[in-house]
Amino acid sequence: MNNNNTDVLIIGAGAIGMAVAYELSRYELSVTVVDRLNDVGGDASRSNSAIIHTGFDAPPSTLESSLVVHANPMFDRLCRELDIPFRRTGAVLVAVTEEEEEEIPEILDKAHENGVFDLYYLPARKVREMEPLITPKVRCGLYIPRESIIDPFLLVIAMAEIAVKNGVEFYRECEVKNIVYNGRSFTTETTKGKVKSKIVINAAGLNTDKISNFLGIDDFKVTPRRGQFHVIDRSAELPIRHIILPVPTKISKGKLITPTIHGNWLIGPTAEDLSDKSLSNTTRNGLDEIISDVKKLIPAIDKNYVITQYAGLRPVREPGGYHIRTFKNIPGFIELSGIRSTGITSSPAVAVFTCRKLKEMGIPLKHREAVCTVSTPLPIRKGIVMFRELNNLERAELIERDPLYGRIVCRCETVTESEVVQSIKRNPGAHDLDGIKRRVRAGLGRCQGGFCGMHIPKILARELNIPLNRVTKKGGGSFFLNGETKRFE
Amino acid sequence: MRKIECELAIAGGGPAGMASAIGAADMGLSDIIVIERDDHLGGILNQCIHNGFGLHFFNEDLTGPEYAERFISEIKRRFIKYLLRTMVIELKDDKCLIAVSPNGLVEIKPRALVLAMGCRERTRGATRIPGYRPAGVMTAGTAQRYINIEGYLPGKEIIILGSGDIGMIMARRLHLEGCVVKGVVEIGNFAGGLTRNYVQCIEDYDIPLYLGHTITNILGEERVEAVEITPINADGIPDSSKKFIETCDTLLLSVGLIPENELSRQANILLDPITGGPLLDQYFQTSLSGVFAAGNVAQVFDLVDHVSDSGKKAGENAALYLRGEIPPWGKETASVIPGEGVRCVMPQKLTENCQGKLNFYLRASTHRRMVLLDFSASDNRIIYSEKINIVRPPEMINIAIENVDITPSGKYYFTIKEEYL
Repeated sequence: MNNNNTDVLIIGAGAIGMAVAYELSRYELSVTVVDRLNDVGGDASRSNSAIIHTGFDAPPSTLESSLVVHANPMFDRLCRELDIPFRRTGAVLVAVTEEEEEEIPEILDKAHENGVFDLYYLPARKVREMEPLITPKVRCGLYIPRESIIDPFLLVIAMAEIAVKNGVEFYRECEVKNIVYNGRSFTTETTKGKVKSKIVINAAGLNTDKISNFLGIDDFKVTPRRGQFHVIDRSAELPIRHIILPVPTKISKGKLITPTIHGNWLIGPTAEDLSDKSLSNTTRNGLDEIISDVKKLIPAIDKNYVITQYAGLRPVREPGGYHIRTFKNIPGFIELSGIRSTGITSSPAVAVFTCRKLKEMGIPLKHREAVCTVSTPLPIRKGIVMFRELNNLERAELIERDPLYGRIVCRCETVTESEVVQSIKRNPGAHDLDGIKRRVRAGLGRCQGGFCGMHIPKILARELNIPLNRVTKKGGGSFFLNGETKRFE
Repeated sequence: MRKIECELAIAGGGPAGMASAIGAADMGLSDIIVIERDDHLGGILNQCIHNGFGLHFFNEDLTGPEYAERFISEIKRRFIKYLLRTMVIELKDDKCLIAVSPNGLVEIKPRALVLAMGCRERTRGATRIPGYRPAGVMTAGTAQRYINIEGYLPGKEIIILGSGDIGMIMARRLHLEGCVVKGVVEIGNFAGGLTRNYVQCIEDYDIPLYLGHTITNILGEERVEAVEITPINADGIPDSSKKFIETCDTLLLSVGLIPENELSRQANILLDPITGGPLLDQYFQTSLSGVFAAGNVAQVFDLVDHVSDSGKKAGENAALYLRGEIPPWGKETASVIPGEGVRCVMPQKLTENCQGKLNFYLRASTHRRMVLLDFSASDNRIIYSEKINIVRPPEMINIAIENVDITPSGKYYFTIKEEYL
């Protein structure tokens, strides 16, 4: 580490950790973020349904409800600020059975209790008018216009880029091994050395229990709830415009179908309570269950259009609920635990709330002058210009300025070499194949790396100046190639 | 944006595209442009360093690069123009192409077009194999490129899912490089590729072949550590009581090829859901008149020699079309339909009566011996019949029928039936 002395150390570079870092980077503080993974984006923050919720169904009168409900309206500006795609598609909640129909008044009451008033009852005919693929068995539904879709990878990456530009330091593959508090400051031992800080913020998601444990806090546990998803290719050409939600059960929100911001669809998730935090695999039963359950809402769903699958682990805290805690005996330690599947949505509100906690602790938060304020013209970040979003005249102009835009390396998503190079060179940039995929979508399309798998590892090796067989899929030992062919003199 | 007009454009400079260019040039056409996305002509042949190419076309046993070189030198000898590092990204229904290269965007307006984009491999996503998502899962073709062109190995202990030709060829290639090929897992009851590849790549090297098995789980968080192999029971469902784990660091996939028809879809060219390629008439013409298709973009062929054949004919027909000697795609075309025992057939449409030989490419739906192949009209009138000793789905059946008279909008069937000795 270059700097082993910092004001604030944030553990975890997921949506919560990076939103806090982004918020704190506006102030005159030195901030360091560490993550055990090879990139920003965390675990749960990158394997989810990519929805910005309204909080209509959050448990009323809780910190979660308050933060989620208030975070939703922040996204219009935040996404303009960060130059990332965001769409207020709206959601249609569908009641298919008689029991589900009976739940609808309760759902409305709950939403009103949460302060979400803009949702509307839909008779069956109206549901089918809005979404013709919904089962003819539908009895009624609700329309929730502010439920929205986002690219969760880009959200975290964009916040990280601005944070780093504002002076935040980010260390990847840097796992926390221990934290020692000496009464005045913290010394955090990591796999990349020791960091001394006045403040430690625990934003470790699934591992918040382990991190808090280092400081003797053992009053809660975090276990994973696995959610498996399928991705459906845009060539399925489903005329689905809204997020389609089932009526939630006591246990989970149920399996939904949602358009993605990039034109595909996601179906899922399962909700499987597990004990082992490493079980991020998909299973045959889980994947089959997704198809059969989603077919109950949309009978036209066809597994032949599935292009890939993934599983995410949502942190489940016991005892439950969002906890943004400080401790009298450990001043300077802030724990952000229990931030579960709604974490992407709540992240900007959690960040502001965390700053308030710092203020309460007596940490002076002085705005830095050079940093974005409300009067700064938006956006404050320019996203990587995507070839496929341009018209042919703009494309021609772009290639003239940068010939690498004339080399298409991913056919399905029409990604050019220039975009890949930029994704590596930005800070924090992609250091592995998954990092490139998340930044510029190369390899996310229907051929799943079949064509770009030939080109992208070579570009990555060249830009990072490493041999081809040191290129990894996701850091650590995930080498893409493993050995060389026989050599002859 | 640069604009080019030409008589004939060919999208793809692999075996089908090169043969088309040569076929058209030999019919006297001179204004031809071949558009190739890679740094070289030759397509996938450049990474196929094994032999077995050219047995039909040249009566010689060549490697892939040698086979490609024959065509490249013919292209050069005829001064046929080609653009490298240029990818077609748009095809409009007036045959206008937009292609992109580091030199910029170019609009190509040809009077006729041959689609020769080839095919791509099916991947893990499409096969829905559950499990973790580690490094070390790769298609056989990607592995082939890294080994034969870049000089790197995908791993040391290999399991291959699918016994398609590339899968079996890679089993041998990796074995020769000192890797341990722990098995080829095939869901069907027969090897999926050519018999000669089964003998020369699997049998000759004692590589275990698990017929009637599939992979039901992938283990390992960072890099593949093992796979779960499960036999398929009589109902075609994996029998999980008999599953077992095999350790490996690499899983190669050879689970099928898909014709690359993104451009055809853009131009609303009618596709055959079975072959995955455009519907073609007897001139290799698609439903967009003046647009032809050849090679694996039309249907996945078994041998490159047949790909070259189809390319040559498509190119010749494109030249004839430009002279007005080939009818446009007709409204009253007759249909050729795969009947009992036949999986797919090409061409699927017949626009007019055929003097001389008419070639059909077929695939059988199952392995069978001593069969009778019939070509008949919808009133069961048999037009052509042939006895065949053995049919195997991986090997195409090439049938030449002479002087076919057709009824407009009529229906014709190919069937493969068990023959009595």
